Amino acid sequence: MNNYLKYGYINAEDIISFPPLEIVENHPVAVSECIQEIPCNPCVTSCPVQAISMEGINGIPVVNFEKCTGCSMCVSVCPGLALFLVGIRNGKGLVTLPYEMLEVPSKGEKVILLDRKGQKVGTGTVEKVFYPDKNTKSALVTITFDNIELIKIVRNIKSIT
Amino acid sequence: MREINIHPILQFSHGKELKFTFDGTTVKAYKGETVAMALYRSGIDIFSKSPKQHRPRGMFCAIGKCSSCMMRVNGIPNIRTCILPIREGMIVEKQERFGKLPDYIEKFREPVEIDKEVTVIGSGPAGLSAANIFKEFGIKTIIIEENPQLGGQLIKQTHKFFGSEKEKAGTRGFEIAQDLIKNIENSTIKFITNSTAFSVDNNTIGVFKDNQYIKVHTKYLLIATGAAEKMIPFPGNDIPGVFGAGAAQTLMNVFGIKPGNSVLMVGAGNVGLIVSYQLLQAGVEVKAVVEAMPTIGGYFVHAAKLRRFGVPILTNTTIKEVNGNLRVEKAITISLNKRFEEIPGTEIVWDVDTVCLSTGLIPSVNLLAQAGSKLKYVPSLGGFVPLRNNDLETTRENIFVAGDVAGIEEASTAILEGHIAALAILERMGFETKKSKIESIKDLNNLRSSPFSKKIIEGLKEAECE
Repeated sequence: MNNYLKYGYINAEDIISFPPLEIVENHPVAVSECIQEIPCNPCVTSCPVQAISMEGINGIPVVNFEKCTGCSMCVSVCPGLALFLVGIRNGKGLVTLPYEMLEVPSKGEKVILLDRKGQKVGTGTVEKVFYPDKNTKSALVTITFDNIELIKIVRNIKSIT
Repeated sequence: MREINIHPILQFSHGKELKFTFDGTTVKAYKGETVAMALYRSGIDIFSKSPKQHRPRGMFCAIGKCSSCMMRVNGIPNIRTCILPIREGMIVEKQERFGKLPDYIEKFREPVEIDKEVTVIGSGPAGLSAANIFKEFGIKTIIIEENPQLGGQLIKQTHKFFGSEKEKAGTRGFEIAQDLIKNIENSTIKFITNSTAFSVDNNTIGVFKDNQYIKVHTKYLLIATGAAEKMIPFPGNDIPGVFGAGAAQTLMNVFGIKPGNSVLMVGAGNVGLIVSYQLLQAGVEVKAVVEAMPTIGGYFVHAAKLRRFGVPILTNTTIKEVNGNLRVEKAITISLNKRFEEIPGTEIVWDVDTVCLSTGLIPSVNLLAQAGSKLKYVPSLGGFVPLRNNDLETTRENIFVAGDVAGIEEASTAILEGHIAALAILERMGFETKKSKIESIKDLNNLRSSPFSKKIIEGLKEAECE
């Protein structure tokens, strides 16, 4: 693992566990990038199918990919914005990410795909925008793109304009 | 110019328009905001001139803890304008040097006396959560709050909180404050805002509100006065535009005012990382976060949120100096070696109009010192902290503490400490609260069992007393 404490990001290969291809091809599942022991567990308590486990409140969340239905509950509740949904649908890569900035792109819009350092790694299309929070404009944005390898890389988006 | 019109998380509504004068010029304000906020909103950065060198000074902490925003208001000098609500027709003057004395002094009115079973000083997460417990038991309680609003620093926390369901994890800080405040409305809990508790003498607390001296007689006292942001020494640290990171949060998240257009954040602890992210949400550019230590001090997930937006975090790097004539114009950072010595030639010049310091907090223990509660210097808790027992009672009988004043931690631990102190006071009153108290102590120990709390646990041991 790279020195994430020095730089503030991890690399794709550092993800503690990534779902196997046959699962993500079936339906999107949650991937956790919460790698530090911090006192926090809403992902565990919010999961309707108990697919996320943790040893004590300071444990590191582990997603059971067999159980996970990809409902995105944990993605919307995670205070650290450290959970994402990844999948492959009709041969395209798909990522659902939390987006708390202004000017949420709308469905069908082309967007720039960013990696964990905020660098451009491609372009994609917004497939869905969902506002789980009644009182805010905090959104869950689902994006699709041609290069399926990018499901391990894309963790943010930016408007093209 | 500095107005935040739209925000992804917050909606700002303004009170009715008011007018006041600043050095003879009419300034527009909104009802409910403070003098310093109204001035800053209308583009005024300089509030005073320093005593010796006549250097321009602006505000620093924005929550009434430092003295950077002091001005002359209606003829009276040394008024903390960051917490003084605007009134129509107020006469505000820049404070030159030590400030001109009043032209005349209105005679003090006779003190008002209030009797309460319990007094809580400070309405942040610790004070409010304690008040919520007192409410359940129908205890006549008064909360004394220095700021215009209840909620302490919770009201500016737009991020979702960590912790477990019990500590409302996944809920945004300001929403937790709203819930806690709503729950004590129309109950035995009364509160006075804009009220400074300035003395503790036996069982009487001296409070100052709107030129009125109030004596609060109380049996039990819970001091939950929180903490103040640390200033660090570097040339230009007093130039307007150098803020505590919390001040930037107050400006943007409470009053809907942009602290600046481009910011350099100093310190990569949780406060620095969270506030940087919130600056992005307010539409402010964050050029970089610098951190003198070799690693990021805050949670990795907060750092990752920032990095995703391309904000660099430079470790082993510190602020060298800030330049600017009447406002920050440039900030210079420099890399540090293993011995924290500057490495010549590694300077970076940043074009910024704002520098935010998130270099730690100091517990606000002044009242405890005055009350005679024993203090001890415990660096891992932020400085001088009161000695306390498991019930959070200090060495002065019936004076309890909770939250950051007892040692710098998190809002979630402050909430639990508020519970514990309140339950301990109730136990002293004869209520059966032992079981709930032990439960809360268990929850608190759970929150403190992460590797992040290791030093805090050691510090807490040093601050223990019988």
